[in-house]
Amino acid sequence: MALPFPLSDLLVILPELILSELALGILLWAAVVKRERERALAWASLASLAIAAALLPVAASFAGELPRSAFGGMIALDGFSLFFKALTLLAAAVTILFSLRFVGTSPYPGGEYYALLLLTTVGMMFMASGTHLVSIYVALELMALSQYVLAGYFKQETKSVEAAAKYFVLGAFSSGVLLYGLSLVYGATGTLSLGGVSAALEAAPRSTLLMVGVVLVACGMLFKVASAPFHVWAPDVYEGAPTPVSAFFAVGPKLAAYAIFARIFFDGFGPRSDDWAPVLAASAALTMVVGNVGALMQTNVKRLLGYSSIGHAGYALLGLLAYRAGGAAGQPEAFGLWAILFYLTAYLLMTFGAFGLVVLLEAKGYATESVDDFNGLWKRNPLAAGAMVVFLLSLAGIPPTAGFVGKYLLFSAALKAGWPALVVLGVLMSAVSLFYYFRIVRAMYLVDGEGEVRWREEPAVAVAVGLCFAGTLAFGVLPQPLIALAKSCLLP
Amino acid sequence: MNGLLSLLILLPTAGALAILFLPREKTGPIKALATAVAGLTFFASLPLWFARGFRESAGFLFREDLSWIPSLGVRYSLGVDGIAALLILLTTLLSVISIYASYTAVKTREKEYYIFLLLLETGMIGVFCALDFFLFYVFWEVMLVPMYFLIGVWGGPRKLYAAIKFFLYTLFGSVIMLVGIIALYFFNTTGFLWWKGLGNAPTFDILHFHAIAPQIPADLQLWLFWAFFLGFAIKVPMFPFHTWLPDAHVEAPTAGSVILAGVLLKMGTYGFLRFSLPIFPSAASTRWVQLTVVVLAIVGILYGSLVAMVQKDIKKLVAYSSVAHLGFVMLGFFALNNAGMQGGVLQSINHGLSTGGLFLLVGIIYERRHTRQIADFGGLSQVMPIYATLFMIIALASLGLPLLNGFVGEFTILVGAFLADWKWALFAGVGVILGAAYLLWLYQRVFFGELKHEENKGLQDVNLREVLTLAPLIVCCVWIGVYPKPFFAMTAPASAKIVAALDAAKGAPPALSAALSAAPAAPVPSATAVLPAAAALPEAAPRGN
Repeated sequence: MALPFPLSDLLVILPELILSELALGILLWAAVVKRERERALAWASLASLAIAAALLPVAASFAGELPRSAFGGMIALDGFSLFFKALTLLAAAVTILFSLRFVGTSPYPGGEYYALLLLTTVGMMFMASGTHLVSIYVALELMALSQYVLAGYFKQETKSVEAAAKYFVLGAFSSGVLLYGLSLVYGATGTLSLGGVSAALEAAPRSTLLMVGVVLVACGMLFKVASAPFHVWAPDVYEGAPTPVSAFFAVGPKLAAYAIFARIFFDGFGPRSDDWAPVLAASAALTMVVGNVGALMQTNVKRLLGYSSIGHAGYALLGLLAYRAGGAAGQPEAFGLWAILFYLTAYLLMTFGAFGLVVLLEAKGYATESVDDFNGLWKRNPLAAGAMVVFLLSLAGIPPTAGFVGKYLLFSAALKAGWPALVVLGVLMSAVSLFYYFRIVRAMYLVDGEGEVRWREEPAVAVAVGLCFAGTLAFGVLPQPLIALAKSCLLP
Repeated sequence: MNGLLSLLILLPTAGALAILFLPREKTGPIKALATAVAGLTFFASLPLWFARGFRESAGFLFREDLSWIPSLGVRYSLGVDGIAALLILLTTLLSVISIYASYTAVKTREKEYYIFLLLLETGMIGVFCALDFFLFYVFWEVMLVPMYFLIGVWGGPRKLYAAIKFFLYTLFGSVIMLVGIIALYFFNTTGFLWWKGLGNAPTFDILHFHAIAPQIPADLQLWLFWAFFLGFAIKVPMFPFHTWLPDAHVEAPTAGSVILAGVLLKMGTYGFLRFSLPIFPSAASTRWVQLTVVVLAIVGILYGSLVAMVQKDIKKLVAYSSVAHLGFVMLGFFALNNAGMQGGVLQSINHGLSTGGLFLLVGIIYERRHTRQIADFGGLSQVMPIYATLFMIIALASLGLPLLNGFVGEFTILVGAFLADWKWALFAGVGVILGAAYLLWLYQRVFFGELKHEENKGLQDVNLREVLTLAPLIVCCVWIGVYPKPFFAMTAPASAKIVAALDAAKGAPPALSAALSAAPAAPVPSATAVLPAAAALPEAAPRGN
């Protein structure tokens, strides 16, 4: 029997294939492993991620000339997807380092946890590569279903289960909205491949059917990146989920969602950008305000970081709005796009850093919850306090940190593309954000008195946080290598 | 001498890193090291004073230029003109003084305290050296962080509020300025929105922007002027953006207040000189823009003085006097003529010296009595005669007594204001009188009369260390008051260049107004061409009314 695609297409998805096999292997191993030996599973998962990462350049070289399309236009391998795949693998690896002890000391078996984490990573990697609305949707569901389980993994904790239920109901609903939008787009254009949709949009007149479809797709996507007015789930889920999982949710799925957001809207709906840009602009404005103002009153650190991540989603939307800005006439340079790539890398580093410290510092046997727990931390652990200051400065966009350069790039791209009001709103909101980020700094350094947090002896997390710290500072002081890399990884 | 500026920027940071590795209990070595590093930085900055180039041309010396982020056109570019050099000297001098003055005032967490002071010095020097917008912005923001900690950790009872208020106010101004910087950057390259760009290679080079200033369209200049104005006016601070200042000053520890008044506020005025005036000359010399700023400056002078008069807290009084003094500086700048510009620059320095000195003096008495309420004192001259004398000298310098520095600065500014519009000088002159009133009244209530309070009878007079912190300031006050020529000479070419750019934007022939040196910057642009012409050719037809 002849395959419907050339065998070499399998090489394009080699990292994903191997990673899924390894994930299933770990799942099987988990069934037989003794409870006290579970740590080996974590190291095996890390090794799997490393193998997948090592296979990325292999796949790229086998694929030959990039961009390489495979499986009849379902999947593409290009610089853009490679960049996102590398970021997702990094995010998953950091999450495993965060989880080691968290899962190890919990009363729940760890095997499925790591397997699910790997599977969700596979989903995100496929999302980065998808060039067909169906392959994108399937990948998205693979990612999302694993995540619903992860959110409720500590099934005896009421908060965790509540978070999972919320996440599942709202996630399934938004997936439905997205799917319905995709079907309308199919109805209007008669095709599901992004290239085909784009060609059809250029040719076809404007129609209500298409408009509704595009707006529904946008709504689904805005939900996935936790943008207002579809953001309400985020703080609850981040608060309720186990802290390493919250950290992962704040970063991993968002990266992948931005990848398909960019691909669907530029490669697919690009010709109609005048129609959808106002929708995204309104959402960006609302998101920046809601996220940053909402964070002002939070006293729970995880909720605070949750709201802050909503604010950051708003800044990143500015990059999407400005994707074609920057080039000379007729020569789009996609300033907005590489600004997003840089920014998401910085966002990964600083968000994981801040969450990592929350994991690392425990109060009353749990991960830190209240801002007050940080009181007087400088005295007991000056190193952790200092690192936290750097992460918070970076989140607030103060130089010399990667967060500043990232925000700078996004705001410039948006100004260049003609969104001055959004840029002014964005910079003002980022000044507002300083207020709530510095509540933690205030607790650590200025407030007298003792908080509850203790330093947890966990070298794996410390190493991960240290890497994030080094990256946040290094890309803030010397951003050039990352900018050059991002510029070389644009959509074709 | 290449690399001097980098050395000045790096020395304090290197010192801070060294202190980081000292054990926290060893406060003696920490203090000694901090003072040594700051002192070394001061001596290293002295070549700036002796460089003759500043007195001969408006060019930038001590240049350094390295590639930093080539993708964006960002460069590590440093250089100073006479104005920046003078401000750097002020910075290094006040830094070493404030570190030396903190020996007994700060008794908790000394290690972090000196680390933050040194990091702050790095940021401040960097701001005055940077010739690349991106680099400038980085230093401008970085410097906020140590100041936040200085106020927030070692401040007074309302330190938490004051610290974040200081940070947020400044940040709001700076992010708007950042948008202005981005817009300027795009205008230089391919343009943005409805402004077609010049098509140059992407750069953040400040000198390049000075050069292209005449090509920036007037409407864009206006927008960008106000964007930058917000950033700098909050920092200065001008009325009505001044409300963070009294809080920050009152709550900050003595060294923090000295640095804040002496250097941080000068960054705002420096910003006007380096960016707002030379890059947006046509906006700055637009009549209504000039009037708005001048009115705000005069309101600042009068309001600051009047509010200072009713203060019960000595430190708060000095803080409000800063608002008035900085109003003078801004008035001088926006007279848009040579006299005003020169006076404004000198008054910036003067304010750093005399107000810095006043804050030191307030700190000395606060350390002894733990109160700053005027009502708690009276008759101090009987128990602390040396202190009373020192206070008298600095107060007289601040209120503008001839032969002390304040007089020279204020007088020059008033000349500039008078040449622009006599009414401005009139109002500002009232401010001078008010300044004398609140300072002399303060002096009378604190030092004269009888010793009513029992606690004040046993007060120790100033010790040698305290005299040593004040002596350099007093020497400088007298020096500028008696012989200001070297200071004027240092800033003259640089400020003449700014005035020439402004005149060019107004349409007056720059050569002529330079020849007249303090050429009147006539209020109405159309009259500008007429006034110097009328001076040169008496038989020319008089202006119509």
